Amino acid sequence: MAASSPASRAFTRVVVYLILGTMAAVFLYPVVLMLLTAFKTTPEIFRNPFGLPASWGLETFANVWRRANFGLYLRNSLLITGASALLLLATAAPAAYALARYTFRLRGALFLFFLAGIMIPIRLGILPLYLLMRDLNLIDSPLALILTYTASGMPMSVFLLSVFFRNLPRELEDAARIDGCTEAQTFWRIMLPLVRPGLATVVIVNVVPWWNDFFFPLLFLTSDTWKTIPLGMQVFFGQHLVDWSLVFSGMTLASLPLLIIYLLMSRQFIAGLTAGAVKG
Amino acid sequence: MRDARRWWGKHGHLFVFLTPALLIYGLFMAYPLVSSLTYSLYEWDGYVRKGFTGLANFATVLTRWPYQERFWGALSHNALFFVLTFAIQTTLGLFVAVLLARKWRGFAFFQAAYFLPHTLSLVVVGFLWRMLLNPTWGAVAQGLRRVGLDGWVQPWLGQSDSALVTIILVNAWAWLGFPILVYLAAVQAIPREFHEAAVVDGASPWQDFRFVTFPLLLPSIAMVTILTFIWDFNAFELVFVMQGASGSPNYATDLLATFFYRTAFGDPTTGGEPGQIGVAAAIGVLMLVIIGIVSAFGVRFTTRSQTEF
Repeated sequence: MAASSPASRAFTRVVVYLILGTMAAVFLYPVVLMLLTAFKTTPEIFRNPFGLPASWGLETFANVWRRANFGLYLRNSLLITGASALLLLATAAPAAYALARYTFRLRGALFLFFLAGIMIPIRLGILPLYLLMRDLNLIDSPLALILTYTASGMPMSVFLLSVFFRNLPRELEDAARIDGCTEAQTFWRIMLPLVRPGLATVVIVNVVPWWNDFFFPLLFLTSDTWKTIPLGMQVFFGQHLVDWSLVFSGMTLASLPLLIIYLLMSRQFIAGLTAGAVKG
Repeated sequence: MRDARRWWGKHGHLFVFLTPALLIYGLFMAYPLVSSLTYSLYEWDGYVRKGFTGLANFATVLTRWPYQERFWGALSHNALFFVLTFAIQTTLGLFVAVLLARKWRGFAFFQAAYFLPHTLSLVVVGFLWRMLLNPTWGAVAQGLRRVGLDGWVQPWLGQSDSALVTIILVNAWAWLGFPILVYLAAVQAIPREFHEAAVVDGASPWQDFRFVTFPLLLPSIAMVTILTFIWDFNAFELVFVMQGASGSPNYATDLLATFFYRTAFGDPTTGGEPGQIGVAAAIGVLMLVIIGIVSAFGVRFTTRSQTEF
């Protein structure tokens, strides 16, 4: 075995840092550029695309906020994503618990039924789904999105949570039953709190794609009332394509909520998203 | 009556636990996916279903102009989308992951940086790159001009021969962090002793990678490849946002999903026949077949890795 000299090891180190640093710049620089450009006026963007902005005023942001109805879109995104997450937890957790902790005749078949959808994108069923929402009178209602998101998150969430539930010790249930808990109380008071990391993973895995989703709002929402940030911004950008300053400020505003959360807790983010790696 | 009560006493909690999930999943996911198969077998007048037509809609997609031309075009674009993405993530992505696995100072920062674009909506990614790649005022063109490479500046998104590859690279920018992270986790899960044994046996770093790391990464590579395939055959947003619903210029960036969208919901820019539900359903079924076969492998993978736990 060739023992490497300190000099060649230092050289390797420099090369590795150089490669990884260059990669980091490729990923980061466009985002940094977006944030910086958001503060510039349109002539300034054209004249000085790379430098720092002449002033750090927030007027363009205020401008976008007002003209793009951003406050409304933000509220809609928060409501729709939040309600979907709650509904998903409220339905997937008990189902996963039943499939993981009880033996009954239909168990295998039901588990397979849930699992079958784990990799099939719900978009492929968009035509019947669209007509169903129309028949239920849910077009242009946030419920259409909430139900679609909850359904699409179900397979992965039931699967993930059932793994978490299966790993809990049997004795917990027995002790709860001896203490006179009903099945529902055992689930709610004893078992559910123990899978909190699993619940957090389910939320992280699903909330990011929901928050950023463009496809279903595009099809299900027709008026401005319930538009989410991605759809609202897409329409706004399309109308103001020549006003680069507005577009860059809008992109920054639209990205800021998740960017901030990501900067604060990138570790949990990354762990959660790779744990739930299976969902497309 | 007594039987019913006894059944409820014994199974009632299961019923309560399972029904809400089954209802939502069954009604809003399973039913639409399954019934989209039957949609393609009927003739449609707008959103109203008419008579049974067998495979006529499929014949339209596969043989009648302009559908057949769009279909094969879009299919080949999706295929290129997948092949290029796969090539980038299993060379560059894998390489970066193996380097990152050393856990030197600052590597957590690099890792977070690579994944950052994942938090952006594809609407933002699309518009951001549309601006950056603008041949007159975009940062890329201006940067190239400043270093004297004026000749390299092109309307990347406006030319048929470069638009699709440009979109694929933009997608890779937004996507690559994911394979890197999954590969990194897999590399770090390999016990150190394996590498030590290889080194004791006189393996070079390349041999250590080729005969120790790489074989142990194969399950992760297969998993990520399946996911990438499913994603890339569903890709829609970037093209819609950057090139419009008809995949400009001249359908050069048209994908199966944009073709499907235009056929089903219409698009004023193409002047085609909007609201062809039957034909759109046939396109959807063809996508479902392509994706379904691949995702069946994925489900087998998921269940198998679960039994190992």
